[in-house]
Amino acid sequence: MTVALALVALLAGLVIGLSIPHARRRRHHPPVLERTRHILLPFTAATLSRRALEAAIRLAHAEDATLMPAFLAVVPLTLPLETPLPRQSRLAMPLLETIEQRATAHGITVDSRVQAGRTYRHALARLLEHEQFDRVIVSATEELRTGLSGPDLIWLLTHTSAEVMILRPSSTDTKTISADYLKGHF
Amino acid sequence: MFTCDSRLTVLASSLTVSAYRGHHKIFLGMAAGVGKTCRMLQEGHAELENGHDVVLGLLETHSRADTARLAEGLEVLARRRVSYRDTTLEEMDLPGILLRAPEVCLIDELAHSNAPGVEHQKRYEDVEEVLAAGIHVISTLNVQHLDSLNDRIAELTGITIRETIPDRVLADADEVVLIDISPEALLDRLRTGKVYPHERIDAALNHFFRIETLSALREIALRQVAEEVEAKRLDFEVIGARDELITTDAPQAIGERLLALVEPYPSSQRLVRRAWRSAQRLGSTLDLLWIKRPAAPVTPAQNSALAGLRRLAVMLDATLLIEESDDVPAAIARVVKERGTTYILMGRSRQPRGLNRLRTPLAQQLMNHLPGVDVRIVADRSRRHEPTP
Repeated sequence: MTVALALVALLAGLVIGLSIPHARRRRHHPPVLERTRHILLPFTAATLSRRALEAAIRLAHAEDATLMPAFLAVVPLTLPLETPLPRQSRLAMPLLETIEQRATAHGITVDSRVQAGRTYRHALARLLEHEQFDRVIVSATEELRTGLSGPDLIWLLTHTSAEVMILRPSSTDTKTISADYLKGHF
Repeated sequence: MFTCDSRLTVLASSLTVSAYRGHHKIFLGMAAGVGKTCRMLQEGHAELENGHDVVLGLLETHSRADTARLAEGLEVLARRRVSYRDTTLEEMDLPGILLRAPEVCLIDELAHSNAPGVEHQKRYEDVEEVLAAGIHVISTLNVQHLDSLNDRIAELTGITIRETIPDRVLADADEVVLIDISPEALLDRLRTGKVYPHERIDAALNHFFRIETLSALREIALRQVAEEVEAKRLDFEVIGARDELITTDAPQAIGERLLALVEPYPSSQRLVRRAWRSAQRLGSTLDLLWIKRPAAPVTPAQNSALAGLRRLAVMLDATLLIEESDDVPAAIARVVKERGTTYILMGRSRQPRGLNRLRTPLAQQLMNHLPGVDVRIVADRSRRHEPTP
């Protein structure tokens, strides 16, 4: 009888002992009420400017912010807006994975998004409707088909309260991040 | 010649007289030129040789000599002429078929839209009437004409097909036979003028008939038929032959069905991408499931993550399911049984706290609840330390 009681007491002590450190830790570290900063990195095609990603990673690291890469997809007018996009998914998913691999290697939290629209600007506008972020990093490009055009960037500046960082076109813009950088199986 | 009144009488009587529904066989293909019509005609000849009364209700040769030659020896019902806006169109003669009442009727191009003024807007509706009259029908269809695939195919090919038919027509068919050739072989046929006249070849090669388009369409057609076969087999197992089953409670699926267990957190995006990639490799459908605790409030951050997951699910053609339950393993097990899931993907569970440490891990509970279902835990990449290239 005594042995059984001792065993029960030991078990109870063990259970309480396991739960106390966490309870104490929670008391000492109350939840942070301040919202985490988010840095939006919109991109539009199968590649992304390496400079834009590196800038986003540097800033996210410095500000302890969450990086939000967002793939903007264009849906033709002949299709409903909310429609599966298998071809564009095949381009976007490996690229999102690559971005996440690079960012997490620097200890940055990634919260990626996809957004469809009739045009890149429409997709961006729809994204602005639902998401909150503190900075936007975009790379200016002369390739109108693959990125946000000048008028799109002007539109962005006038339609978001977040800080917008537009990277000037540069000779190093030929260096892109593509799904070829993907490491391991995905 | 029939008068309009006599035709209507035939139509009305056909609906009441038939004692049984005809057998519907569909030859399904990925595109024009794969050989559906030829196969339909060969089948007609075989039926004729077996002593059945066969007629050709409607044949579209598209000026292909081989097709026209194959039709020789079969009784062809004349088309009827329909006047529409100063032009005369030729349509299948539905009253004529019903009056002739053959045993087997061959009807090409099931998705065709009829000219205004005839009994039905669509040819498949004519076919339903022929079947209702107890006449067996052999017909042809291209996969891009199915309603549910229309958007997907338009995104893949850039071409929107206007003549579509409800998926139930294919589902209700008694037999679906896939006519399959490789995209390369089809392109060869196109280049040698066996599909379209020479003046249309270049345009076809530049638009619809591209190797990547044909490969995608072929995959869709193969999968569609596999799903039809599976659906019929599962119906049979569940409804038709339950007593003879010696297997399990849940119907066994031929293809894989993936279920990714998600939560409205950023890490779920990666889990969904991994699950989608696996689904692509396995050629399977993907469901996403969040088991929400009824008492737990949803935070704004979770709402945002959930909206992100919804958008991702739409783009990837996955289905996002949200179930409320306090018993997570039981709720997952219920969904797995309902959806016929064969494969579960889940993220690494958060570190249990307090008394929860004594609980069996979720993955283990699922394996205990769901024997025969694979469970895969996707690694949390943020915990890996990789050198930056």
